[in-house]
Amino acid sequence: MIDVSNVYKSFGQNHVLKGVNLKVHDGKSMVIIGASGQGKSVILKCLLGLTKPNSGKILLNGVDPNSAQKNIILSKVGMLFQGGALFDSLPIWQNVAFRYLHGKQKINASEARKIAIKKLERVGLEKSFADNFPSQLSGGMQKRVALARAIATQPEIIFFDEPTTGLDPIMAQVINNLIRELVVELGVTAVTITHDIQSVRSIADEVAFLHNGVIQWTGYLNQLDKSNNKYLKQFMAGSTDGPIGTLR
Amino acid sequence: MIGLTAQTGRIFLTFCSFIGELIIFCVRVFANILTPPFYMRAFFSSLIHIGWLSLPVVGITAFFTGGALALQIYAGGARFNAEEVVPSIVAIGMVRELGPVLGGLMVAARVASSIAAEIGTMKVTEQIDALSTLSTDPIKYLVVPRLIAAFLTVPLLVGVGDSIGILGGYVVGVTQLEFNNTIYLINSINYLELWDILSGLVKGAVFGCIIALMGCFFGMRCEKGARGVGQATKSAVVSASVLILAANYFLTEAFFTS
Ligand SMILES: Nc1ncnc2c1ncn2[C@@H]1O[C@H](COP(=O)(O)OP(=O)(O)OP(=O)(O)O)[C@@H](O)[C@H]1O
Ligand SMILES: [Mg+2]
Repeated sequence: MIDVSNVYKSFGQNHVLKGVNLKVHDGKSMVIIGASGQGKSVILKCLLGLTKPNSGKILLNGVDPNSAQKNIILSKVGMLFQGGALFDSLPIWQNVAFRYLHGKQKINASEARKIAIKKLERVGLEKSFADNFPSQLSGGMQKRVALARAIATQPEIIFFDEPTTGLDPIMAQVINNLIRELVVELGVTAVTITHDIQSVRSIADEVAFLHNGVIQWTGYLNQLDKSNNKYLKQFMAGSTDGPIGTLR
Repeated sequence: MIGLTAQTGRIFLTFCSFIGELIIFCVRVFANILTPPFYMRAFFSSLIHIGWLSLPVVGITAFFTGGALALQIYAGGARFNAEEVVPSIVAIGMVRELGPVLGGLMVAARVASSIAAEIGTMKVTEQIDALSTLSTDPIKYLVVPRLIAAFLTVPLLVGVGDSIGILGGYVVGVTQLEFNNTIYLINSINYLELWDILSGLVKGAVFGCIIALMGCFFGMRCEKGARGVGQATKSAVVSASVLILAANYFLTEAFFTS
C-alpha cells in the first residue's frame, strides 16, 4: 500500500507539488498522467526518498522512505528512471544483476548472469547484448535494460517513469504487456508515469491526473473518458485550446 | 555601501555553509569506512587508476625535477666553493619536499579531476540516485574505495618519485657536472636519515586523502549539465592543489621544527 498525503515540494521559488494526495492499493496498477513539467517525476523521487518533501507524509507499506528505516523498504522496490540511469562503467548484464552482485542479495556471478539474461529476454533484448556497455546501445534499448534492472529482483513495488517513451509501437506494447503481467500474475504494486494514452489503457487499474501541483482527478480507467474535469478533458483530447497553457 | 556589506555577508554565509557541507561529508565518509560492506572490486580498480596509471606522470616529473635541482644546487654551491653538497642536497630536497609536493600535485591534477568528472557525470545522469534505490550507499560504493586506494598508493608513488628524482640528479651530476659516479651515490645516501624519507611518505598519505576527498566531494555536489561537471572538475583540482600546499606547510612545521 502506497499512501501519499498532503505532500508539498518546492525548489526555491518554484512550487512544484502543492498538497498531493494519492493512495495505491497492493497489487494494483496506478498510472499518473499530466502535462510536461508538472512534477510527476518529482513525486516518484519523493516516494523513493531521493528528494525530501517540504511537508506531508509518505508511507510505502507503512515505512517512511525518508526515514532511517528506508533500507527495509528500498530492498523491495524497483525503479525505472526517466533517463534510464544505467551505470555506464558496467556491462549490461552487471547493470541488470546489480543487486545480485552487491549487497545483501548477493549470489554467485554465473547465477546472476543467467538471471540477467532471462530478464533481458523479457524486455525483448537478445543475450548477445549482455556484454556490451550502455553507451553502445540505442536509446530505446537502454530504456529496456533499465526496465530489466528495475524488475530483476522481483520487487513488491515498482515505479516506472515513462517506460515506453523512445520505443517503437510494437516494443511499447511488449512493455505494456509486461507491466500488466507483473501486476496481474505476480501481484506487484505498480506506479507508472506515462504520456502515452495507449499505455494508460493497457496498464492502468486506476489513473491519477496531476496538474498545478495537485491531483486534479483520480478514478478507475473506465471513468477516464467520462470525467468532467476541464483540465483532464483538454489533456485527453490533446487540444491546444483550453485552461492548460502551451507555454510551460 | 549597504549593497557591498550585504554582498560580503552573503559570500561569507555561502562559505560557511560550504565548509559545513564539507565537514559533514568527511564525517559520513569516515563513519562509512568502519562499517561493512566493503566493495573489493571497486577498490582494486581504484588502485590501478590512482596508483599504477599515475606512475609515468610522477616518474617523468620527478626525473626532470631531480636533474634541474642538481644544476641549481651546483650553480649556487659554486658561489662558496661547496659544489660537493649537490648529491646530498638533491636527495634531501627530493625526499623531504619536492617528491611529495610535486608528486601530490601531479596526482591531484590527474586523479582529483577524473574522480570529480566521473562521479559528477554519475550524479547528473541520476546514476547516484539509481545506486541508492538499489540499496547501495553511494559513499560506500564510490567514495570509500577511492579514498583508501589513494591513501595507500600516493605514498608509494612518492617513494618511487623520490628514487627517480635522485636518479635524475645522478644522471645530470655524472654526465654534465663531472661528478664521480660512486662518490655521487655514496654522498646521496650518507647524509639521508630514515625520518627524511618517512616524513615524505606520511605527507604522501595525507595528500592522497585530500585528493580523493576533494574529487569525490565536488563530484557528489555537482550541478546539472556539462557546465556543472566542468565546474566540479575545476573546483576539485584547484582545492586539492591548494590544500596540498597548505597541508605541506603545516606538516613540515610539525615534523621539522621543535
Ligand atoms: N532537482 C531539481 N532542482 C530544481 N528544480 C527541479 C528539480 N527537479 C525538478 N525540478 C522542477 O520541478 C518541476 C517538475 O519536474 P518533473 O521532472 O517532475 O516534471 P515531469 O512532470 O516529470 O515532466 P516530464 O513529463 O517532462 O518528465 C520542473 O519545473 C522542474 O524544473
Ligand atoms: Mg518526468
